[in-house]
Amino acid sequence: MRPLRSFFNLSYRYKIPLWGAFLIVATAVIISGAQFPRAYDNIKHDLLRNATSQGQILARMLAPALRQDQVWQAYEIIDAPLHDATPDNTMQADTLLVLDARRQVYVSTRPHSLPMLADFARRSVEYGQVAASIAKMGKATRVIEPEASDYLYVATPIVDVQTRLGTLVQVYSKKLLWPRIEASVEQAGWVALLALAVLVPLNWYWGHRTATPLLRLTERMEQLSHELPDELPTKIYDYEDELGRLFRAYNQTLQQLREKALIERGIIHSERLVAIGRLAAGVAHEINNPLLGMLTSINTLRRHGAPDARTNKTLTLLERGLTQITETVTALLVETKVNSRDFAPQDIEDVKTLIAPQARKLRVTVAWRTELAEPAPLPSTLVRQVMINLILNAIQAAGEDGGVEAVVAVTGPTFLFEVVNGGRSLSKAQVEHLFEPFTNVGETGRGLGLWVCYQIVNQLGGNIAVDSTTVAGTSRTRFGVTLPIAAR
Amino acid sequence: MPTRRLFLSACASFALAPALAPAALASVPTRAVRVGLTPVFVDDQHGFLADWRAYMGAKLQQSVEFVQRNSYREIMDLLRLQKLDFAWICDYPFVYLHKQVRLLAVPLFNSRPFYRAYLIVPARMTHVTSLLDLRNKIFAYADPYSNTGYLEPRYQLRQMGEDPTHFFRRTFFTYSHINLVEAVAVGLADGGSVDSFVWDSLDRDRPDITRRTRIVSQSPEFGFPPFVAHHAVPKESFLSMQEMLLTMADDAAGKVLLKRLNLDGFVVGDARNYELVARMMRAFGEE
Repeated sequence: MRPLRSFFNLSYRYKIPLWGAFLIVATAVIISGAQFPRAYDNIKHDLLRNATSQGQILARMLAPALRQDQVWQAYEIIDAPLHDATPDNTMQADTLLVLDARRQVYVSTRPHSLPMLADFARRSVEYGQVAASIAKMGKATRVIEPEASDYLYVATPIVDVQTRLGTLVQVYSKKLLWPRIEASVEQAGWVALLALAVLVPLNWYWGHRTATPLLRLTERMEQLSHELPDELPTKIYDYEDELGRLFRAYNQTLQQLREKALIERGIIHSERLVAIGRLAAGVAHEINNPLLGMLTSINTLRRHGAPDARTNKTLTLLERGLTQITETVTALLVETKVNSRDFAPQDIEDVKTLIAPQARKLRVTVAWRTELAEPAPLPSTLVRQVMINLILNAIQAAGEDGGVEAVVAVTGPTFLFEVVNGGRSLSKAQVEHLFEPFTNVGETGRGLGLWVCYQIVNQLGGNIAVDSTTVAGTSRTRFGVTLPIAAR
Repeated sequence: MPTRRLFLSACASFALAPALAPAALASVPTRAVRVGLTPVFVDDQHGFLADWRAYMGAKLQQSVEFVQRNSYREIMDLLRLQKLDFAWICDYPFVYLHKQVRLLAVPLFNSRPFYRAYLIVPARMTHVTSLLDLRNKIFAYADPYSNTGYLEPRYQLRQMGEDPTHFFRRTFFTYSHINLVEAVAVGLADGGSVDSFVWDSLDRDRPDITRRTRIVSQSPEFGFPPFVAHHAVPKESFLSMQEMLLTMADDAAGKVLLKRLNLDGFVVGDARNYELVARMMRAFGEE
C-alpha cells in the first residue's frame, strides 16, 4: 500500500506521463497476450491439417502392406516422414505407429517404447484414452487430445476396400507448437514496441502539457493565503475543457480579490482622514475659545493699560502669533455649512482670472474644457476653493513651461472636475498620505490645500481621487473630483 | 530405406543372350546381355551399376542390361523363364535352381569364396548369447530364398530340436540384408540372421548402423553367392562372361569396381562348396 500511496503522492508532472505510459504498456501487453491463444489455435489448426492430409496418404500406402503383412514395408512408410526433418519443420511428428485391428502395435517408429505386438491401450493411461477413442472412431481421420497431455494424436483408419485393417496414429508433441507461437507473439511484441515508441513520447508530451498549467495554478493557489499572486497567462492552456475553465475561474477570482483589496485600502484611507478631520476639528474648537480670550485680553490691555513702547511691541508680537494660530486653526476647520449661491458658469471665469497671474509667472498653459451650460446646485464658494487649490497645485507641479488641463462637466447627477498635469509623477507613499494635513509635496505653502479640498469634497458627499503614472517616460497626474448634485 | 544405403545385395543374377554372338553375325544388331540383380544398393547404386555395366559392355563388346527385382523369388522366376542370361544369386536359389543354371564364377570375399551367417541382436540386448535366448521374440528374416537370412537360422533351430515355425513370437521379411540390419538396429526386431558379407561391408560404409547391432554367433562357412548362367547360354557367351569376371581383378578399372563391391575378385568356383546348403534344404524336405 505504501508504494502505491507514494505513487499517488507524486507530482502530476510525473504521475500523468507515468500513468499514461502504464496504460499504454498494459494495453500492449494485453493485446500481445491475446495473440497467444489465437496463435496457438492457428498453428494447431495448421498442424492438424498437415497431419490429416499426411495421415490419409500414409494410410493409403499402408493398406497393401498390412494386407500382405509386410512389416518392414509398413515401417519404411511410417519412418519416411521422420526423415523429412529440418530444424524449421515444426510439423514433424514425434512418433508414428500402426495399430492392427485388435489395437496391438503392428509397427512403430519407436520400437523400444512401442514394440511390435504390444497392447497399446495398456502401455499408459494416456494411450488407454487414445485407444478408447480409436475404438469408437468411424472412417474419418480423428484428432485425439487427451486431457492434460503434452501430445496430440491424429488417428487415421487404414482401410482395404471395406475392411478395417488397422489404424495409423501420428503423435505430435505440443512443444513443437511453441517455437512458432513464440515467433508470432514476438512479432506482435515488436508491433507493440513500435506503437510504444510513438505513443509514449506523445503521452509524455501531453502529460507535460496538462501538468505544467496545473503546477502553475497550484503554486499560485498556495500563494493566495499570504499575497495576491500574478495572473496566469491564458496562452499556457487556451482550451475550453475543465482545466481551461479552472484557469479562467482562477483569473476572475484573482481579479475580484484585487478589487476587494483596493476597496479595503480606500476605506481604511478615508476612515483615517475622517478621524484626522475629527481630531483636527476637536482641537481647533478647544483652541479657538482660549485664543479668542487671549486676543480680547491683549486688545483690552493695549486700549486701557497704556502700555509703554516696549510692552506695546511685545503685545504686537503676541497678537501676531495668536492671529497666525487662529488662521491655521480656522484653515483646519473646514466649514461647509455656509450659505452660498449655486455654482454658475461665471464662477469658472472667475477661477480662470484668479489663477492667471500664477500661470503667467511660470509660463504654464492651462487648457480648459467646460461643459457647464447652467448653474449647478452646489455651493459656489466651496467648489471655487477646490478648483483653485487643485489648479494652483497643478501649475506648481507642471513647473515652468508645463501644461495643465482642466475639465468641468456635468453628467447626469454628477458634477465632474478634473485637473491633469504633466509634471513629475507622485510616488506611492506620497499618494498614500496626500490628503492629510501638512503634507507638503510642492515644498511651498502649509500643506493644507489638498486637506481642505478633501474635507470639502467629503463633506459635500463627493469623491476625490488621484491617479499618477509614468508610462514610457511620459508622466501624467490626474486629480478627479466628483460631486453629487442634489435634486432640487 | 534401401534407397539411402550404399549398395550391396547378397545375391544377384545375370544372364546372357542364348545362342548369339558368333563373329559372322557381328553386323546383325545383337540382343543385349541381360544380367539380373536382386535389390539393394544405394543412392550411389545407380552410379555403381552404370559404371559396372559400362565396364562389362566394353569388355564383352556387347551391351549389357541389368534387371532388378524386389525379391529373390522374382529373379528366380525370370531365370527359369529364360528372361535372364546370367544372374548373381544367393547360394540357396543356386542349389534350388541347379537344374536350370550352372556355376559361372564365385566372388572372393576376404580372398576366399566363402561367407557365413551372423546372428545379430540390438546392441543393448546384452543378455542374448545364443539363438535359444530369442524364444518368443520378434525375429527378422531377409528373404524366403536367402540361405543366411532364412534357411540357416531355421536349420539351426531344427538341429536344436525346436520348431522354427513357432519358436519366435513373430517373424517378418525385410527382403534385403541391409534392411535386416536396420530393423535390428532400430529395435524393430529382437534378432536376425544376416549375410556376413553384407554386415561387414555395411560396417565399412555405415558403421553408425552396425554399431547399434551386436553379433551373437557365426554360422559355419557357406559357398559365396555365385554368378550363374542359364544352361541355354551358348558356350562362347558363357566363356567370355566368365573370362570377363575372372580377369576383373587384373585391371585398374575392374579393381576399383571390386573395391566398391568390397570383393577381391572372382574364381571359377566349386559346386561342392554348396553341398551344405543342399543338406539343409533336404532337412526341410526341399530340393
